[in-house]
Amino acid sequence: MATQTTSPRTTAAPVARRGALTSKKRQEQIVRVVATIAAVLGLLIVLFPLAWMFSTSLKTRIEVLKFPPTWIPVSAQWDNYRVALTVNPFGKYFLNSMYYACSVMIAELVSCSFIAYGFARLRAPGKNWLFLLVLATMMLPTWTTLIPQYIMFSKFGWLDSYKPLIVPHWFGSAYLIFMLRQFFRGLPKDYEEAAIIDGANYLGIWLRIILPLSLPALGAVAIMSFMFHYQDFGGPLIYINSQANYPVSLGLQQFNTPFGAHPSIY
Amino acid sequence: MAAQAVPTRRQTSRFSLIPAGKLERREALWFWFFISPWVIGFLVFTLGPIVASAYLSLTDYAPGKSPVFVGLNNYATLANDRIFWKSLQVTAYYSLLAVPLGIIFGLLLAVLLNQKVPFQGLFRTLYYLPSLVAGSVATALLFSWLLNPQFGILNYVIRLLVGPQGLIPLGIVGPRWLQDPNWVVPSYAMLSLWGFGASMLIYLSALQGVPTQLYEAATIDGAGRVQQFFRITIPMISPVILFTLITGMIGSFNVFTPAYVISTGVGAGAGTPGSPAYAAMFYVLYLFVNTFQRYRVGLGAAQAWILFLIILLLTLLMFWVSRKFVYYESDEEGFI
Repeated sequence: MATQTTSPRTTAAPVARRGALTSKKRQEQIVRVVATIAAVLGLLIVLFPLAWMFSTSLKTRIEVLKFPPTWIPVSAQWDNYRVALTVNPFGKYFLNSMYYACSVMIAELVSCSFIAYGFARLRAPGKNWLFLLVLATMMLPTWTTLIPQYIMFSKFGWLDSYKPLIVPHWFGSAYLIFMLRQFFRGLPKDYEEAAIIDGANYLGIWLRIILPLSLPALGAVAIMSFMFHYQDFGGPLIYINSQANYPVSLGLQQFNTPFGAHPSIY
Repeated sequence: MAAQAVPTRRQTSRFSLIPAGKLERREALWFWFFISPWVIGFLVFTLGPIVASAYLSLTDYAPGKSPVFVGLNNYATLANDRIFWKSLQVTAYYSLLAVPLGIIFGLLLAVLLNQKVPFQGLFRTLYYLPSLVAGSVATALLFSWLLNPQFGILNYVIRLLVGPQGLIPLGIVGPRWLQDPNWVVPSYAMLSLWGFGASMLIYLSALQGVPTQLYEAATIDGAGRVQQFFRITIPMISPVILFTLITGMIGSFNVFTPAYVISTGVGAGAGTPGSPAYAAMFYVLYLFVNTFQRYRVGLGAAQAWILFLIILLLTLLMFWVSRKFVYYESDEEGFI
């Protein structure tokens, strides 16, 4: 977390250096103040569309279209949220989404870190070409393989369930394999060499050395995987038919049809 | 290990997957053990559809009918299709804008939030927030509202601040964003930049893996912050930068949702896909139009394979160039 920490100097430092040290400290402080100001300014720009989205969510249909736009809604329509949460069985959708996102997250954490270790560290002939094949699976637009894939899963009898959306992730996803491989290759090799001399096998190295050393990366994987699948729209749209199985993303889409597009409910 | 490996390597035949040396064989077998889930998944779930799409690209096929083999006709059709070339140009321009900007912003922000600023965790969370909704249908709709030339909030703010009668009267009039063919691609790049939280997250976790001793040693040697950034931070996280570069490039060539929602939806440039004047005709949008609106599945598959080849070549090029710039803690043979 603290990559920039300088260890506190001991008081034994020669008196002559004390001046240099305090200016060093002052420099640290200046950097910190500048960084904070920059972070706040950037945040204002970045969060502006989000704030606008929130403000819109409290407007009536007519005020949404008003010009010049109003920053703060004339009268906050908290009712929009009640409508959004009650016209559909939102609780059920939420559980479906959580089930989908959590299952995929666990599957990807295990499988991708496992596979990535093989690609990052172990030597075998043909490894690089195989890795290029992993990357190649990312390069073909999903629309193209959509129809054959749909036919395949329908033959498995997996339609209208989350199986086509979860099971393949137990076999790794190219994006996360690539990401973890890059992280693993940045780890120092000394620990592993020591472990091998101590008689550990590669499975133990993966579990006891690589995984603990790459917790920040695994955290990033978990967040990205969960968030991506929580809001995944295309996958459920294709494979989930019955309303009882809808995730939140499909539930939201329904606002577009029965009510006509109503931006303030999004 | 290496000392033993040298004499035995000569016996290995060029195409064998299991080398002859004992230690090497053991390591190679472990390699296959670790990647076996991917191999199984690839054979079961991915290979079939890929082969099918490759075959379809050589046929004339509409859903419900049986495919008719036409050889390379689809590819020839595309070569003479001006909209196809336009879509390639639009996408390449978008990629050149969005990918480098995304990397620079994400990296700067990650370094910024890796400093000891107060409320560090809160800042990180807030900056990550937009990327949670970026790329969704709702965000695309939101941006088409924000960027509306007449009623959008962005041009309204521009008018208030620097317009002819604004706070600082510079006489600047906001562009017509999504309705002006020249501004369409930059507008989309802006939308994509809004989602830089994901790359920020990746860089942050990479920064935390950089050993602190390196910075301490550099400080003792008198290296300034800027020097430390370019001599320590960048090289140490270069594998991850390469990752964001390649996946960013792949993602930018595959951009679809915002282009589809904005150009056909309720927003500014509403109309046929790719409007105005095909300036928003992104490559995959045109692929989608051919496959699912004109029911020319074979043609769409051919487009997909052309895109695949372009991306593959660019990826190989990036790996090849990166050999000089990317630092790996563990050195290995091969350029990937």
